[in-house]
Amino acid sequence: MVTVSMEMQILFAGLLFLTGLVGFLVRRNIIFMLMSIEIMLNSAALVFVIAGSHWMQTDGQVMFIFILTVSAAEVSVGLALILQMYHHFKTLDADALKKLRD
Amino acid sequence: MILQHLILILLAGGIIAWIAGKWSPIATRFISLITVVTDFILVLILLINQGEYGQKQWMEEFTALWIPQFGIGIHLALDGLSLLMLILTFFIGILAILVSWKEITSNTGFFHFNLLWILAGITGVFLSLDLFLFYFFWELMLVPMYFLIGIWGHENRIYASYKFFIFTQASGLLMFLAILGLYLVHGNNTGNYTFNYQQLLGTTISPAMEWLLMAGFLAAFLVKLPAVPFHNWLPDAHTEAPTAGSLILAALMLKTGAYGLIRFAVPLFPDASTAFAPVGMILGVTGILYGAKLTYAQTDLKRLVAYTSVSHMGFIILGVYAFNELAYQGVVMQMIVHAISTGALFIIAGQIYERLHTRDLNRMGGLWEQMPALGSMGLLFSMASLGLPGLGNFIAEFLTLAGTFQTSILFATLASLGLIAATVYSLRIVQKIFFGRKESEYVTNDLSVREAVVMGVMVITILFTGLYPKPVTDTVAPAISNIIGAKENQGRSEPGRQSGAVIYIETLPEKLKGLNN
Amino acid sequence: MTTLIWLIPVLPLLSFLIIALFGRLLPKKAVAILGFGSVALSAVLTIVAGIGFLSSPPPEGVILSKIYTWIETAGFTAQIAFLFDPLSLVFCFVITFVGALIHLYSIEFMSDDDGFSRFFAYMNLFVGSMLILVLADNLLLLYLGWEGVGLCSYLLIGFWYKEPDNGYAARKAFIVTRIGDTAMILGLFLLFVSFGTLDISDLMQDASEKWVTGSPLAVISALLLLGGALGKSAQLPLQTWLPDAMAGPSPVSALIHAATMVTAGVYLITRTHVLFMLAPVVMTAIAIIGAVTLLVAGFSALAQTDLKRVLAYSTISQIGYMFLAMGIGAWSAGVFHFMIHAFFKALLFLSAGAVIHLLNHEHDIFRMGGLRKKLPVIYITFLIGGASLSALPLITAGFYSKDQILWFGWSSVISSHWLWLAGITGALLTSLYTFRMIFITFFGETKTEPAHKSGLIMTIPLIVLAVLSLVGGFIEMPENIGPMHLFSGLFDGFLPDVILNERGNHELILQILSGVVTFGGIWLAYRLFYKKSAFAIRYKESRINKFFYSGWGFDRLYALLFVRPTAWLSEIDKKDFIDLIYKNIAGVTVYFNLIVSRTQNGKLRWYVLVLTIGIVVILTFMISL
Repeated sequence: MVTVSMEMQILFAGLLFLTGLVGFLVRRNIIFMLMSIEIMLNSAALVFVIAGSHWMQTDGQVMFIFILTVSAAEVSVGLALILQMYHHFKTLDADALKKLRD
Repeated sequence: MILQHLILILLAGGIIAWIAGKWSPIATRFISLITVVTDFILVLILLINQGEYGQKQWMEEFTALWIPQFGIGIHLALDGLSLLMLILTFFIGILAILVSWKEITSNTGFFHFNLLWILAGITGVFLSLDLFLFYFFWELMLVPMYFLIGIWGHENRIYASYKFFIFTQASGLLMFLAILGLYLVHGNNTGNYTFNYQQLLGTTISPAMEWLLMAGFLAAFLVKLPAVPFHNWLPDAHTEAPTAGSLILAALMLKTGAYGLIRFAVPLFPDASTAFAPVGMILGVTGILYGAKLTYAQTDLKRLVAYTSVSHMGFIILGVYAFNELAYQGVVMQMIVHAISTGALFIIAGQIYERLHTRDLNRMGGLWEQMPALGSMGLLFSMASLGLPGLGNFIAEFLTLAGTFQTSILFATLASLGLIAATVYSLRIVQKIFFGRKESEYVTNDLSVREAVVMGVMVITILFTGLYPKPVTDTVAPAISNIIGAKENQGRSEPGRQSGAVIYIETLPEKLKGLNN
Repeated sequence: MTTLIWLIPVLPLLSFLIIALFGRLLPKKAVAILGFGSVALSAVLTIVAGIGFLSSPPPEGVILSKIYTWIETAGFTAQIAFLFDPLSLVFCFVITFVGALIHLYSIEFMSDDDGFSRFFAYMNLFVGSMLILVLADNLLLLYLGWEGVGLCSYLLIGFWYKEPDNGYAARKAFIVTRIGDTAMILGLFLLFVSFGTLDISDLMQDASEKWVTGSPLAVISALLLLGGALGKSAQLPLQTWLPDAMAGPSPVSALIHAATMVTAGVYLITRTHVLFMLAPVVMTAIAIIGAVTLLVAGFSALAQTDLKRVLAYSTISQIGYMFLAMGIGAWSAGVFHFMIHAFFKALLFLSAGAVIHLLNHEHDIFRMGGLRKKLPVIYITFLIGGASLSALPLITAGFYSKDQILWFGWSSVISSHWLWLAGITGALLTSLYTFRMIFITFFGETKTEPAHKSGLIMTIPLIVLAVLSLVGGFIEMPENIGPMHLFSGLFDGFLPDVILNERGNHELILQILSGVVTFGGIWLAYRLFYKKSAFAIRYKESRINKFFYSGWGFDRLYALLFVRPTAWLSEIDKKDFIDLIYKNIAGVTVYFNLIVSRTQNGKLRWYVLVLTIGIVVILTFMISL
C-alpha cells in the first residue's frame, strides 16, 4: 500500500474545499451552489477521517457519519427552499434573490 | 425630602397623562397642568422657607445609593441658583401647557407625556450633584424633545429634530467621556472612585488633562447654550417646534447649558477656565454680534426670535468668563429674564401663527389695528429684548456688562455694541408685524382670556424683575459666592495672574489710579 | 409737603397705567381729564414744592426723597430716590407746566383721532419718564428715565403707524439716540468701576477729590457722557433724527422735540458739571460742537419748505446755543435759555400745529400765505414766539436769555471770540429764517383756505405761552438794563459762576450789536421773502440751497457709511455660512452611506465572497503574528 503523508492528505482535503468554494462563488444556478456546499462539507468530513486514521481512533469515522447526517438534513431543507424560490421567482438564478433586499 | 418627589411627580404625571390621553384630551391637559402646578407650589414653599437655611451651602439634599461599586449615587441638592432655576422651570412648564391647550389636537396624551418628561429631565439637571446622574438627566431631556419637534412641529420638522438630536447627543457624549476621564483621574489620585461632585471638586489634574476634560464638558454646554459656532441647531429647532416646544427650548434648555457652565465647567477646572477665559469672552462677543446680524435679515418670525436667543445667550458666556460676582449676578438674572422675554415672543409668534397661519414677516403688517393688546405685548417684549430699563433684561445686561467691564474693558465695550444691534432688530420686529401697511387681508380677534392671562403673568414677571430685582439677587448670592470661592480656592494660580488680553482679579480701579498719575 | 416729591413723577405714570389698561373702556372725556389732570397736578406740586424750597431752603440745599432700594448686589447699590434741588426744580417746572399746557392743547388737537387714549397714555408715560430723568439721584435711575423718554419718542413719532414713513422716522430716532445711549452707558461703567457707585452726589464728590483736572479717565468718562447727550439733544454728529421726527403729531414735536427730551442732554451735562469741569478739553469740545451745530442747523433751517422742519432745525440750533453756554462755563445761562426756549419753541410748534391742522395737514409754507387775516390769534402768538426766538431786544424773553449767552461767549475766560462770532452769526440766521417763515406763511395771498377756526382749548395754551415768551425773561436781566438776577441767584452755590476776564465792560456794545443783527435779519427777510426778490427765487434753485435743504448732506453720508453697509452685511450671510459646515458633514456622511450601502446588494454570492476574503485576511493576520 502506498502511504500518503498527512500533509498531502490534508492538502487534498483543502483543495477539495477550495473547489467547493470556488464552485459556489462562480456558479449561478442554485442547485449547483447546493452541490458545491456538499463538496465543501464532504471535504471537511474528509479531514476528520484523515485525522482518525492518523491517530488510529474510530472517532474520525464517527464524525464523518455525523456530518453526513447533518448534510442530508440540510440538503432536504435547502431543496425545499429552492422549490419555494422557484415557485416565487420562476428561475433558479441565485442573483434573482437580491430582490429580497427590498 | 422634597427633591426626589419633584422629579418623580413629573415622571408619574407623564405616564398618567399618556394613559388618560387615550380617553379624553381634556383630561390629559388637566392632569399635566395639575402635575406641574403641584411641583410649582412645592418649589414656592421651598422659596418661602429659604430663610431657615441660614448659611448652609445646600438648602436641601437627598442621597441614595444606586451603583455603589462604581461610586454612582443618587445625589440631589438645592441651593439658591437651582432654586431659581426650578421656579423658572415649573413656571414656564405651566405656561407651556396653557399655550398648547388649543394648539395640540392630535396625540395629546403622548404630547403631554413628552412635555412632562422633558421637564423632569430639566429638573434633574438642575438638581443633580452626581455627575453620572447629571449625564443621565441631560440625556433624558433629549429624546422627548426630539419627539416633540418631530411629531408636532411645522413643515421642516424632521430635519430640525434630527439636527437638534445629533448636535446635542454628540456633544453630550463628549461630556460623558470627560466625566469618565475625571472619574478615572480622581480615582487614580485618591483611590476613591466616585462621581460625586463635592468630592470631585479640587481634584489635582495635570494641565493638559484639565484642558481636555474641560473641553469635553464645554462641548456639551457650548452647544446647548448655544455658542457660535455651534449654534446651528437652534434656529431650525426653534422654528419648527410647536409653540410649547419652542418655549421650553428657549426658556429652559438653553439655561441648562449656562447652569452647567457655572456649576460644573468652571469650578471643576478652575485653571483651565482661567486660561480659556479670553476665548470664552470672544465667543460671547461673537455670539452677541453675529447673532444680532443674523437676526436682522430673517423673514420668518420664529427664526428671527431664535436668533435673538443666540445673541442674548452671548451675554451669558461673556459674563461667566468674567469671574466676578457682579457678572455672575447678571448671568443668573439674564437666564431668568431671557426665558421670560424670549418665551413671551415665541408665545406671541404662536398666537400670530394661530390666527394668520403664516410666519412670514413680509405677509404681516398693520396688525395693531385689529389686535392692540397683542401689539402692546409684542412691543413690550421687543423693548425687553433690546434692554429697556424698567424691564428685567436691562438689569441683567447692565450687571453682566458692568461685571465684565471690571475684568476686560475691551470685551465689555464690544458687547455693548450689541445693544445698538439689538435695537435695530427689535424695532424691525415691531414695525414689520404691527405697524405699517397691511400686506395681506385678514380678520382676526385679539387676545382671548387664556392668552391674556399667560401674557399678563409674563408682563408682571418682567416688570417685577426690572423694578425690584432684589429677591432674585439675594436668593442666588450665597450660591454665587460659593462657586466663585470654589474656583479661587481650587485654582493653583496666584491671584492677579494675567492671561492674554484679559486683566483679572487685580482690580481695575487700582490700574486706573495708575493711569491717573 | 417736600417729602411728596416722589408724587411728581408718579402721578403721570399712574395715569399712564390706567389709560393703557382701561383706555378703550373709558369715555374720551375721562381719558382727557386723566391725561391732562395728572400732568397739571404734577405742575401744581412742583410749584408748591418750589415755593417751599425757595422760601425755606433745606439744610443741604437739596431734598432727597427715597422710595426703595432698586438694586443691591455684589457691592453695587442703586436706589429709586429723587433729588430736588434748584436744577431739578427748574426742569420739573418746565416739564410739568409746559407739558400740562401741551396736554390741554392736545385734547382738542387729537379729538378726531382714533388713537386718542393711546396718545395720552404715551404722553403721560413720557412726562413721567422725563420727570424721573431730572429727579433721579443716581445715574442708573437717570438712565432709566433717559431710555424711557427715548421709547416714548419712538412711539409718538410713529404714532400714526399706518404710514410706513412715520415708522421709519421713529426707528431712525430710536437708533441714532441709542448710539449715544450706548456711549453713555459705557461712561456709566467707567464711573462705576472707578468709584464703586453711581449716586450722583457721591460721584461728583469722589471725582473732584480723586481725579486731577485733565486726567485721562475724567476726559474719557466725560466724553462718553457727552456722547449720550449729543444723541438725545440732536447735536452734531447725531442730529439727523430730529428733522424726520416731525412726522409725529405737533403736540409731540412741541413737548418732546422742543421743550423737554432734547434738552435732556443739557440737563445731564449740567447735572454732572463737576465731572466736565475736570476735563477742560471736553468743555471746549462741547462749546465748539454747540457753535458748529447752531450754524449748520441755522443754514439748514433757512432752506426748508416744511413749516415744522424749519422749527426742527431751529431747535437743533438753539440747543447748540445751550451747549455753547455750557462749554464756556455759563451753566445757569444755559439753563435759563433752556427755560425760555421751551416757552417760545413750544408756542411755535403748537401754533404751527394749529396752522397745519386747520389747513388740512398742509405742511408746505409755500402753499400757505395770507393767514394773518384768516387766523389772527394764531398769527399773533406765532409772531410773538418768532420774535422771542429772534431775540427781539428788550421786550421778548428770548433777548435776555440769548444775549446772556452771547455776552458770556465774548467775555468768559475759557471762551474765544470766535465762539461769540458764531453765536452772533447764528442770531442773524435765526431772525432771518424765522421771519422768512412768518412772511411766507402769514403774509401774501392765501393759497390754502383754513377749514375752520381753532377752539378755545387749543388757544389758551398758546396765549399763556405767548405771555411767558414775553415776560419770562424779566427775572434775569443784565447789569446795565436792570439788576435782576433771580434766576442765576437760584443757582448760587450749585452751579459755578462764569469767570469773566477783565476786559472792560463791552456789554452795552454787544447788546446793541445783537439788536442790530436781529433787526437786520428781519429787514433782510422782508426784502428777500416778502418782496420776493429775484435773488431769492434764483437762490432757491441753487445747488447750495439744496445742500442746506438736505441738512448738509448728513443723511446721505450716514446712509453711505452705515446704513447701506449694514444692510449689505446682513444680506450676504442670510443663511449663515456656519451652517454649511454642518450641512457638509451631513452630506459627507450621506455620501459615504451611499457608497457603503452598495455592498448590501442582496446577492448571496457576493456575501459569501466577502466572507471568504475576510476569513483569509484574518487568517493571514493570525498566522503572521
